[in-house]
Amino acid sequence: MTDTPLSRIRNFSIIAHIDHGKSTLADRLIQVCGGLTAREMTSQVLDNMELEKERGITIKAQTVRLAYKAHDGLTYQLNLMDTPGHVDFAYEVSRSLAACEGSLLVVDASQGVEAQTLANVYQAMDANHEIVPVLNKIDLPAAEPDKVKQQIEDVIGLDASDAVMISAKTGINIEGVLEALVTRLPPPTGDANKPLTALLVDSWYDQYLGVVILVRVRDGRLKRGMKIRMMSNGAAHLVEQCGVFTPKMIPTDDLGPGEMGYITAAIKTVADCNVGDTITDDRNPAEVALPGFKPSIPVVWCGLFPVDADDFEKLRESLGKLRLNDASFHYEAETSAALGFGYRCGFLGLLHLEIIQERLSREFDLDLIATAPSVVYHIFKNDGSMEPLHNPADMPDPTYIDHMEEPWIKATIMVPDEYLGSVLTLCNERRGQQSDLTYVGNRAMAVYRLPLNEVVFDFYDRLKSISRGYASFDYAMEDYKESDLVRISILVNQDPVDALSFIAHRSAADSRGRAICAKLKELIPRQLFKIAIQAAIGGRVIARETIGAMSKDVTAKCYGGDISRKRKLLEKQKEGKKRMRQFGKVEIPQSAFLAALKMDA
Amino acid sequence: MTDPLALYIHWPFCLAKCPYCDFNSHVRDRIPQARFAAALRTELAWEAARLGRRPLGSIFFGGGTPSLMEPETAALLIADAQRLFDAAPGLEITLEANPTSVEAGRLAAFRDAGINRASLGVQSLEDESLRMLGRQHSAAQAVAGLELARRTFPRLSFDLIYARPHQSLTAWQAELHRALDLAADHLSLYQLTIEPGTAFEALHRRGELVLPGEDDAAALYEATAAAAQAHGLRQYEISNYAAPGAESRHNLAYWRYGDYVGIGPGAHGRVTLGHDLVATRRHRAPEPWADRVERDGHGSTAEEIVSQPDRAREMLLMGLRLHEGVDAARFARRTGMALLDALDPEVLAMAQDEGYVVHTPERLIATAEGRVRLDALLPALLR
Ligand SMILES: Nc1nc2c(ncn2[C@@H]2O[C@H](COP(=O)(O)OP(=O)(O)OP(=O)(O)O)[C@@H](O)[C@H]2O)c(=O)[nH]1
Ligand SMILES: C[S@@+](CC[C@H](N)C(=O)[O-])C[C@H]1O[C@@H](n2cnc3c(N)ncnc32)[C@H](O)[C@@H]1O
Ligand code: SF4
Ligand SMILES: [Mg+2]
Repeated sequence: MTDTPLSRIRNFSIIAHIDHGKSTLADRLIQVCGGLTAREMTSQVLDNMELEKERGITIKAQTVRLAYKAHDGLTYQLNLMDTPGHVDFAYEVSRSLAACEGSLLVVDASQGVEAQTLANVYQAMDANHEIVPVLNKIDLPAAEPDKVKQQIEDVIGLDASDAVMISAKTGINIEGVLEALVTRLPPPTGDANKPLTALLVDSWYDQYLGVVILVRVRDGRLKRGMKIRMMSNGAAHLVEQCGVFTPKMIPTDDLGPGEMGYITAAIKTVADCNVGDTITDDRNPAEVALPGFKPSIPVVWCGLFPVDADDFEKLRESLGKLRLNDASFHYEAETSAALGFGYRCGFLGLLHLEIIQERLSREFDLDLIATAPSVVYHIFKNDGSMEPLHNPADMPDPTYIDHMEEPWIKATIMVPDEYLGSVLTLCNERRGQQSDLTYVGNRAMAVYRLPLNEVVFDFYDRLKSISRGYASFDYAMEDYKESDLVRISILVNQDPVDALSFIAHRSAADSRGRAICAKLKELIPRQLFKIAIQAAIGGRVIARETIGAMSKDVTAKCYGGDISRKRKLLEKQKEGKKRMRQFGKVEIPQSAFLAALKMDA
Repeated sequence: MTDPLALYIHWPFCLAKCPYCDFNSHVRDRIPQARFAAALRTELAWEAARLGRRPLGSIFFGGGTPSLMEPETAALLIADAQRLFDAAPGLEITLEANPTSVEAGRLAAFRDAGINRASLGVQSLEDESLRMLGRQHSAAQAVAGLELARRTFPRLSFDLIYARPHQSLTAWQAELHRALDLAADHLSLYQLTIEPGTAFEALHRRGELVLPGEDDAAALYEATAAAAQAHGLRQYEISNYAAPGAESRHNLAYWRYGDYVGIGPGAHGRVTLGHDLVATRRHRAPEPWADRVERDGHGSTAEEIVSQPDRAREMLLMGLRLHEGVDAARFARRTGMALLDALDPEVLAMAQDEGYVVHTPERLIATAEGRVRLDALLPALLR
């Protein structure tokens, strides 16, 4: 199995815009190559996380080895990597690309080129990939393959004359894809006799196996029982198991040059396992490490706090395990006056934030409160020093601040003509500056510079709703620019709730303040007493709402016999209250923290 | 404690089980009259023996449907109680009765047995609602029963259930006005409650029985209090209305957290024994209860000493239901702790500001606004 000559190996990623059918195509490829029996096959079989199944999206890239007997009579080893489409998971895509020589660029023939089609294909080009365009969903009546081919040539500049036309769903022309892989993608290069170099592509925590590492071998051989060394820090480990995914985990004796697979090695510390690291032979180490990956830079931060303070330890452990599984997620300890001990966590976007929060609650059974998401500001103090600010609560008194800068992004938005007007209005409302506007057929492509702060909150949701779902969006960080920013504090019954404070541009402060007060009024259940919710800049109140007192409720009949039962009920209710976070006697449900900031501006 | 005792006697049988009812009531083909009469007398004697002679302020025959018991049984139990305890002047002896024709003819016999107050389970004055509530009597029978009871007993109360499915404010007001015209000096007006384990709960869960919403229920409640008040019946407890001086002495003992003895299946009690306040409980199922009484002289199950914080909580949760509130001196005597020490000072201050409670050195009173929110107020206010 492992003695496949390099010439008969093909490593490829499947890349596309969200929902264009990557995972469905992966299903068909697995099926045609006999990786799974019909009984074992489910839809989007590689989306094995519960969350992926529920939301119908890919979050983690997945790897599968397939055996394909080609028309030339030879059997090829195909290593497939299915990648996520959403912009928040671009880091997953970039790592997969680094492990392959080619890409299948899937484009939905009824939708055409979208923002992430562009973002991903440019990444693949940067990785020097051979790219095979695949037009999917040709079974749909709305499919316009010729138009989309033209788009691929015009917008991306790729030759689409040999694009493979398929339907991943109904299985049309899957052979065509396989043949294109074999004939059009280059085989990997590598030398089995050189010292071992293998790229650490991904890692995760498995309940039974411990830490599992996904690798791509360049040179040498990775064998069971061998002592390996992580080149970044010198840590050495014994390889307990190595193997491949078919997609079932199948142990093998070794992994040779050009191959992809997994190893387990009783690795205890997360720090010993960095994606992008090079794994080498401890006894015969390579001299030069592989290029590795650019570290991911979180763009959105928020605080995560356990609802029950006793869960702090559990949160710490869980974050460690998750981080192992998701290298793009960052965290550092934080304390809050309102919420106690927790972590400040960094994410690649709001969907990423939402997914991590969900995973913490589902996979680790943690009840968490998330604070308002914030971008990273640069604070220039009077003494000339600069401090990055991850947490609005940490903003120094304005008298110490000379000026502040906020991050800007370059956003690419593709949208059908008829919705362009509202999209431009939205961008302008969000302080956007247009830098380009071009047309591809009846679709417009607008390139805007926008403050990230304006995008983080609900930009994506708004964009989708004003375009009836037709607009697509991608962004990349640009630079920092000076800005007139203020911190808005939220006070509940005169007490500031540090976890709800946020930073906004002065021009948007009043409307944001009003909107969040109104939203909190909706989200905080009526309490026993009237409560005031205020937004303030420094000592100046800019918005106020009042939540009326509690609904009326009293047990109608209560005699002698009921007393013990009534008392026990009362004690239970008191217990329940203790577990809730109290802000001057106001109970704020955890859902309020994130939802409060996902409001319409 | 110098307060007179309140004696509760439970009769666990009914003609049929009402779908909303979670009381300890059971239906039997033939009610074992003699056996239960004897067992109740045995248990009363057992309880009296350990309590010693104390003043007795009230007796209450509750159920189930105690008007199904033989009047002779009531007579024997009343005579026993008067012999075993010191009957206080104006000893109040109440019988819960259902206005079915079966029992109407026996009311005079109950009066002769010593009953001086009747409480009739009328529930509604509308036939359709009575059917919905699974009652065995018509509105006309209820009215006839009320008139007969009024002629028979010196004191009379009756129960109605409102905030029923689909009940409009105007319909209830009309029904309530007829009820007030029929009322003597006392009324119990309960909002329909969905109790766990009842037939109504199952319907409710399936969405086949829909109660008025929070706001509508609150409006019904407030209209009820106002109408009764205008009719000279004061709301002395959340669901109970009486002409001045006509309050149920027996039920006041519960709400003021006095000593009460409970005998019969499932009955609860709170009695002072030595320096302790003891929570008593009887086996719930009727026949096994009777077996135990026959074997041991009583059907009591595990008894517990009520701790000081629990006494404080119980006294407050009962007392704040009363218009008169909780008396500070009485509270200190009954619980051994100061009233203020039982309360969260911050919540007390807010509750005063908000007008939910009035606090004086003598007493703590929940206002009308406070009482309608009592279920939410209590867990916050109590320590
Ligand atoms: N009609 C039709 N529908 C398809 C075809 N291929 C995929 N789909 C549907 O398109 C939707 C998205 O498919 P996925 O395979 O999950 O798309 P994806 O690109 O993996 O999505 P992400 O991982 O979230 O980026 C699903 O509802 C599929 O059933 C096709 O050839 N024809
Ligand atoms: C001990 S019970 C029943 C007395 C008697 N057996 C009868 O039904 O007339 C006392 C009163 O509680 C009230 N009640 C019982 N269950 C109720 C419920 N689920 N909701 C509201 N009131 C209820 C009824 O008004 C009933 O008359
Ligand atoms: S409501 Fe009265 S009659 Fe109906 S079951 Fe309950 S106790 Fe018996
Ligand atoms: Mg997918």
